[in-house]
Amino acid sequence: MKTFIARRLLLLLPILWGVATLTFFLMYVVPGDPVRTIAGERYDERTLAAMRAELGLDRPLVIQYVHFLGGLARFDLGRSFVTRRPVAEAIRERFPKTLVLALSAMFIAIVLGVFIGALAAWGRVPGLSRILMTFSLVGVSIPVFWLGLLLIYLFAIKLSILPPSGYGGGSIRNLVLPAFTLSFASMATIARITRSGFLDALGEDYVRTARAKGLGERAVMGKHVMRNALIPVVTIVGADFGSYLSGAVLTESIFGWPGLGRFIVQAILKRDFPVIQGAVLFMATTFILVNLAVDISYGFIDPRVRSGGGER
Amino acid sequence: MNSRPGFLARFMRMHVAVVGFAVFGVILVACVAAPLIAPAPPDAINLDTALKAPSLHHPFGTDPFGRDVLSRVVHGARISLGVGFLARTISLIIGLVLGAIAGYFGGKLDALLMRLADITFAYPTLLLLIAVIAVLSPGIVSLFVTLGVVGWASVARLVRAQVLSVKEREFVQAARASGAGHANLLVRHILPQCLAPVLVIYTLGLGMTIMAESSLSFLGLGVQPPAPSWGSMVSGGIAFMRVAPWLAFFPGLFLTLTVCSLNLIGDGLRDALNPRTAAPAPALVAPATGSGGPAVRKGH
Repeated sequence: MKTFIARRLLLLLPILWGVATLTFFLMYVVPGDPVRTIAGERYDERTLAAMRAELGLDRPLVIQYVHFLGGLARFDLGRSFVTRRPVAEAIRERFPKTLVLALSAMFIAIVLGVFIGALAAWGRVPGLSRILMTFSLVGVSIPVFWLGLLLIYLFAIKLSILPPSGYGGGSIRNLVLPAFTLSFASMATIARITRSGFLDALGEDYVRTARAKGLGERAVMGKHVMRNALIPVVTIVGADFGSYLSGAVLTESIFGWPGLGRFIVQAILKRDFPVIQGAVLFMATTFILVNLAVDISYGFIDPRVRSGGGER
Repeated sequence: MNSRPGFLARFMRMHVAVVGFAVFGVILVACVAAPLIAPAPPDAINLDTALKAPSLHHPFGTDPFGRDVLSRVVHGARISLGVGFLARTISLIIGLVLGAIAGYFGGKLDALLMRLADITFAYPTLLLLIAVIAVLSPGIVSLFVTLGVVGWASVARLVRAQVLSVKEREFVQAARASGAGHANLLVRHILPQCLAPVLVIYTLGLGMTIMAESSLSFLGLGVQPPAPSWGSMVSGGIAFMRVAPWLAFFPGLFLTLTVCSLNLIGDGLRDALNPRTAAPAPALVAPATGSGGPAVRKGH
């Protein structure tokens, strides 16, 4: 187990370095002069040169790159072109709000997804399986932003039981719609995976044995079927974390949720490159670390993963 | 080839896949015949008929400029499907070439390309798209360049795996022994074996590419108004949700139907091309694993 974790951690470093490098150079192939974009028409050459020097843009690319990597090691992501605030500070302020949204969505997706999938596999309600599987297809096909609007229309405009948008000081009422919207695609996938996991497990010999020795339906489902059926769900939840981060960009924009996703979109519209760079890098790193955590926890749940080196 | 005579029969037996095919066919026809179907040109402004609810005259209603929403939706299909097909084809070509090179030649080049793919996968998809778009500045050309370039990695990985599994087989060795060169071996003998899974991943990825295009346009980073794109139409409808909900409803509905039908076709193709992975009972249930699995979830 230790070598397994060590190997995963070693693999992590080149990926993190690659992501940082790619993000850095992406922002430097920008056509045009970022300083001129920020300053607009109002400044003369000398002010522009001063700004360039202040932002470190007058130095050779290699020096800037080394400086950038050095900054990363100290969690220094530079300053916003527009507000001059440190990017790391802005991320610290906004990321918790994205995290609350993503974790609530994940919670909803897991609870409802597993419930729906298990219900479909149980198969005692006629026609239910087909309806639920149609739901899971629609779930992965429906655009997050459109679903969000439909929910706003239904619950905020027609029924007026929930606020249409805003953070509302972090109240639960404001969280319900965005969290449900963000959970939907993942919920559908989880329902699908849970159903096939349950169906596979239900056909196993140990389930027949458990039934044969007279265990009740509850014990069979809970102890024998559930545990084996849920292993793939753990992987899916981890793999879907990226879709929570991506989805957060859209969900936050629709619901006016002041998280990191909306922050990135606003930064792009203002062409605030240090902010885009820092926030994208931060989100990608989070995604990589979550995947690592899932890989490792998978190693704990399923011993077969540890021995086999040939992942992917 | 994987497409034995039974392929069409197997595909037809999957009713939902056929439904998906029919729905997509209708959308495709609407897109090609847009000028015939549309009651008015998509950009014909008429302030007298602004924000009219759906009626016989304007089946999907009108927008704040009095433009016919149905006309904009069918013309929007051209942009959404056009960008989708083009971008997906770019991904396919890049992925096919790089994946084939990596799998066939192996060694350092293979390692380098696969690390590059790992780095691409390390980003949440939409965020990488956003980062690239930010650099190129929003617009329709940067849209399909971005979507095309970002989508290469999954195709390359799949093609590489296929090439690896095929290149030591007897018929390839026979061709090599009879003096076929690298290019000949790859193009004539190895790549045809990869077509089936590539077709599946192309179809499933097409739906996700169209979704990604709409998401970017929704955020104001893709197709710019007044060009009709489903994503930007939905986003333009937000401000009018109370008075004119049809503005956001219809483009979103068409987007959902398109992605839905492409997912159904992709699942159907996968099961028809590879009977072993086909789920026995309801055809809607795709196997949990398989070449298209991860593609389905990407891009949300």
